[in-house]
Amino acid sequence: MRQAIHIFKKEFGAYFLSPIAYIVIALFLLVTGWFFFAGFFIYNRADLRNFFNLLPLVFSFVIPAITMRLYSEELNVGSYEILITMPVTYLDVIVGKFMAGVAFVAVMLVPTLAYPVSVSLLGDLDWGPVMGGYIGGLLLGSAYCAIGIFASSLTRNQIIAFMAGMSICFILTMINKMLFFFPEAALGVIGYLAADNHFQNIAKGIIDSRDLLYFLSIVFIGLYSTHLVMQEKR
Amino acid sequence: MIQVENLTKYYGDFCAVDQISFDIHRGEILGLLGPNGAGKTTTLRMLTGYISPTAGDVRVKNYSIDENLLEIKKLIGYLPESAPLYHDMLVYDYLDYVARIRGIAKENKSARIRHLADMCGLNEIMHNVIDELSKGLKQRVGLAHAIMNDPEILILDEPTSGLDPNQIVEIREIIKKIGKEKTVVLSTHILSEVEATCDRIIIIDKGKIVADDSTEAIKQSEGDENFISVSLLNAEFKNVEDALNGIDGIIKIDQIDNGDEGVLTVKLTSRSSLDPRGDIYRRIKETDWVLVEFHRESRTL
Repeated sequence: MRQAIHIFKKEFGAYFLSPIAYIVIALFLLVTGWFFFAGFFIYNRADLRNFFNLLPLVFSFVIPAITMRLYSEELNVGSYEILITMPVTYLDVIVGKFMAGVAFVAVMLVPTLAYPVSVSLLGDLDWGPVMGGYIGGLLLGSAYCAIGIFASSLTRNQIIAFMAGMSICFILTMINKMLFFFPEAALGVIGYLAADNHFQNIAKGIIDSRDLLYFLSIVFIGLYSTHLVMQEKR
Repeated sequence: MIQVENLTKYYGDFCAVDQISFDIHRGEILGLLGPNGAGKTTTLRMLTGYISPTAGDVRVKNYSIDENLLEIKKLIGYLPESAPLYHDMLVYDYLDYVARIRGIAKENKSARIRHLADMCGLNEIMHNVIDELSKGLKQRVGLAHAIMNDPEILILDEPTSGLDPNQIVEIREIIKKIGKEKTVVLSTHILSEVEATCDRIIIIDKGKIVADDSTEAIKQSEGDENFISVSLLNAEFKNVEDALNGIDGIIKIDQIDNGDEGVLTVKLTSRSSLDPRGDIYRRIKETDWVLVEFHRESRTL
């Protein structure tokens, strides 16, 4: 696990060596800030529901952009060969990269704490759902990171990795809004697959083991698939 | 030190390495020689565990590559072809990262990095971004990476390809210095390269071992024939053939080029036991041809 932490530090640091990190964070804050405050004074309610409603959709675009380079770039440059022939296991590499992605999502969420703080100055804010929203945001972010890393391991082209990751995340986000396309028998299963459902449960301030299990399963499936892909490449 | 048994690798239907077996002994500098696409890189990648063999086994110091990959990785320092390093890091940061992954203790780390910087000549570029380095400098950083933890085995894939002659000499010196105590395996497609650095040569072609012997032995068996290239002005090929044919040791005369500005180039094949260059020169001197180029061709694969 010590190796995974070295890899985590390196990957996390690498985000801030290139302008990508700053662009992604700026874009994220711009989009969420705009959509949140545009309707805020019309609704005239002291809560962050609008912000959290939007979060899964924004994440499904932003997170694949964060994770797309994690494997694709290394495979393209060839540095993966150097990395994996040092005394590290496949698991170390996957976990290190995953932690770097999740840490980046956390860093990205920190500036948005200004929203609840400013809202609490304007009215009586219920902090329960806000806490839930941020915990859910991190869980959702972790799940999408795992999916993004899986997409990144598939190809050495970062744009393809981004498109593939975004497609999967977008489907998981939007599937509960397309339920009328599906036969009635499948609705239960598809409803369960929808990331948005689980996220909104937590964002209401209810932390249910089913929702936790859902996000942890997505993380596991994403990272395990990555492992299988990298084994297949040998 | 390293035992390779019936190592085979298929990429789909294409057989890149076909049942090769050899042993590498401690303290040897082994050259893997072969044309492009012979399977050199694939063989080295299997030795390092980067790709897994379709069949066969690699054993390093009684560790099997299937079961104890991590232990083997600790013993091997590896530099892939053209040193694919993280291009956006500073040289110092990169070496520091490698040192931490290689498990160098904190208190020895900066001393070790300084030592490697001296050895590989990196002192001036420690705070440059890797992307901005020339190919030769990158190769040296890669070499420093490979010997970070003083590994018992060093595997280098085409360590001098794409470098200018000065850099080649420098890299060779470093490899020789390391090779005094370590087992070194390197690949190349240039014969003079292995002659200059290696104790032993394995020649592979189309995934099979063609020859495996000490450098001296290979030199003798390979060197049955030498090639001499002569370029002449004012000469006809037929006359040249007549004039040079009688010289002792010359087996064959071929016309290579009757190219620009009347320069005729011929390739002479000679027995290596005799050096006919003196006789050739004397014969040419007797005529009114103008000798513009005269050299022995370096033998490469």
